[in-house]
Amino acid sequence: MSDSKQKSIDLATQEILKKAQAENIKTAWDRLESQEPQCGFGQLGLCCTVCDMGPCRIDPFGEGASVGVCGANADTIAARNLVRKVAVGASAHSDHGRDVAHTLSLLSEGHTHDYGISDIEKLKDLAQEFGIDINKTKEEITKALSKKLLEEFGRQEGELVFLKRAPKKRQAIWKKLNIAPRGIDREIVELLHTTTMGVDNDYKNLVNTGLRCALSDGWGGSMVATDLQDVILGAPVPIRGKVNLGVLKENYVNIVVHGHEPILSEMAVKASKDPELIKLAKGVGAEGINLAGICCTANEVLMRHGIPVAGNFLQQELAIITGAVEVMIVDVQCIMPALAEVATCFHTKLITTNPKARFPGVNHIEFKPENAYEVAKQIIKSGIENFTKRNKERVNIPKQEMDLVAGFTKEIIFQILGGKYRATYKPLNEAIISGRLRGLAGVVGCNNPKQTHDYFHTTLVKELIKNDVLVLQTGCSAIACAKHGLLIPEAAKEYAGRGLQEICEAVGIPPVLHLGSCVDNSRILTAASYIIKEGGLGEDLSDIPAAGCAPEWMSEKAITIGFYFVASGVYTVFGASPFATLGSKNLTDYLTKDLESIVGGRFEFCAEPMQMAKIMIEHIDKKRQALKLKPVMYQ
Amino acid sequence: MKMKKLYYDVKKCLGCKSCEIACAVAHSKSETLFSAIREEVLSLPRKKVLHHKDKNYPVSCRHCKDPICVDACMAAALVYDKEKGMVFHDESRCVGCWMCVMVCPYGAIRPNVKTKIPLRCDKCQDKDEPSCVKACPTGAILWQEEIELPAAVKGQSPSGTVPCKE
Repeated sequence: MSDSKQKSIDLATQEILKKAQAENIKTAWDRLESQEPQCGFGQLGLCCTVCDMGPCRIDPFGEGASVGVCGANADTIAARNLVRKVAVGASAHSDHGRDVAHTLSLLSEGHTHDYGISDIEKLKDLAQEFGIDINKTKEEITKALSKKLLEEFGRQEGELVFLKRAPKKRQAIWKKLNIAPRGIDREIVELLHTTTMGVDNDYKNLVNTGLRCALSDGWGGSMVATDLQDVILGAPVPIRGKVNLGVLKENYVNIVVHGHEPILSEMAVKASKDPELIKLAKGVGAEGINLAGICCTANEVLMRHGIPVAGNFLQQELAIITGAVEVMIVDVQCIMPALAEVATCFHTKLITTNPKARFPGVNHIEFKPENAYEVAKQIIKSGIENFTKRNKERVNIPKQEMDLVAGFTKEIIFQILGGKYRATYKPLNEAIISGRLRGLAGVVGCNNPKQTHDYFHTTLVKELIKNDVLVLQTGCSAIACAKHGLLIPEAAKEYAGRGLQEICEAVGIPPVLHLGSCVDNSRILTAASYIIKEGGLGEDLSDIPAAGCAPEWMSEKAITIGFYFVASGVYTVFGASPFATLGSKNLTDYLTKDLESIVGGRFEFCAEPMQMAKIMIEHIDKKRQALKLKPVMYQ
Repeated sequence: MKMKKLYYDVKKCLGCKSCEIACAVAHSKSETLFSAIREEVLSLPRKKVLHHKDKNYPVSCRHCKDPICVDACMAAALVYDKEKGMVFHDESRCVGCWMCVMVCPYGAIRPNVKTKIPLRCDKCQDKDEPSCVKACPTGAILWQEEIELPAAVKGQSPSGTVPCKE
């Protein structure tokens, strides 16, 4: 794979990959090459390392071992392997949520003065959901709410409070199947327990336990993270921004935030505007401080402040290889261990900030909500000092940068469609009912070097909007489409079908809506619930003419998101490579066929973007027919 | 030109069986893993990794210069091609008597009880190199020209070849 065009369709990425090759710096694409061919047992999910009687492997060609030492067959082994990943993905999102809830608790107790309540309305809405008297003082409400939210993690009985957001019919399905999560942490622990040696050997039961655990993420941990971040840091509103490596500036001190949790990066945003620090930057010959982001931390600061996005997951190393990054601040999740090595090729300082994520030999400045602003200032100061060490001859910042509009939330969709004072989802529902809009698609997820970078996301999304499907995005998928100009209102005219075009022009929105980071997939769930509440599109989430997908997925978190989407009744397609379950036909059939009659949603695997668009559109049409809606207005 | 042969550096073999999977896939209809495991007649590997004491040994037909199996074949389904340095197996002539399986000093010929004919490495004739070589993550399988061995070693090996480093 030496051809950079094969690796990515993004010109900025291609340019830096050439630089990397010329300077003999290895990137994820090179490392993938040295991993190939990848292990067949691993790809099929047939390797079990659960206990020390193993590792055991099942012969996929049926001649050798058909069971492990303990007697577990391919179904059990593949199912256990899969749902363990669900537990890990859920733990990542939910632990993120816990930290935000903890921050709320600290600020309510007066232990941090760097944060406050930015969205009092949302605070009150949440308080009401948790049965807190909103006539109390702001401080009292905050204290009571943070206590209630932290209790959701340790809850042992009953159901998570946020489940009530779902339509009644959906809640009844969860109850009937016994997959309504009781507590966020409990479901993760219980799922892990069931996968240890000699516990659950029924692949169907393992998947069901996985669904319950995933629901505790989507309707639990992730929802806590999203909603509380909105309360503390402010709910996003539509905002313009810029994206791609071109946002790095030659004459500025470039600080890149990377990871997932916005609690620290929020302070970095504040510090980058600190007059004292800007003066300091000018003192070392820079024109100022330029903050940019990678991955979901980027999405968080983009949604709330319009901070430029330097790139998505596969561009994290490339940002450093431009030679123009003084500091890369990382928190948790999706941070390649390789960054430490790449950073040593340049003056770039890599700084870890979270006690959960340390790299050997990398500078660690621990961040706590109690000392947030001080830490952010300290890090940016070290970036300013580092500016003088930049080797100008090795700087190569690609020109590519693209405009985008982000900042869409479930609340904003209300307001855009109905106006602030008569906020409603009615116009959206009516657009679907009348057939002006075919339906909705959630396109989310990561990058994966096994796929040509950004190609699957952009090709698929273009085809969906061409067929009058409004696309909702989060994560690195949103960044991919943004780079290719799909997140500006003008994109409607160029790419969207006539029906979607009419809506975009009337309301002034892009045909592709950026809803935020990967924990913000919870926004899609609540938005879908509002759609059902508005009426006319069925009684359950599974009735909505909609589909979800993760075209270039790689993370365990993507599997968890897929699980909670399917458990919420959504048809969900995975690109890149299928789940590592193909070694078990029973399990694969259960995921891709049987689940639909049980939870209303099911999985599908598809490795080609146009084909994926086709099957998603077919599913949307099937749902339209079931609701007896008019045919799509413009075929 | 000297013939290329498969050699094994058994010190490097971790017993991961990637070569077995790659071999089965290479001899399937679709030649892709995900489809191969769903074919009606499942492809089987020509190579097996055997374990003895502390070492793992990937075993497949060595295409001996003096192949006992060819002599033993009553149906004349086996032919030694000197130019290609290979024992060819004509499946249409094979009667499934398992004589080749029994006489092979390496246990390298595998009976396929379903199809009732033996399986034998064909060095992936249709490919630039055998699939097992590419699949080996540690480089334990070598694809190289034949090496002349010292006479003393030669005497110990019925085919004149032994693993190059053991």
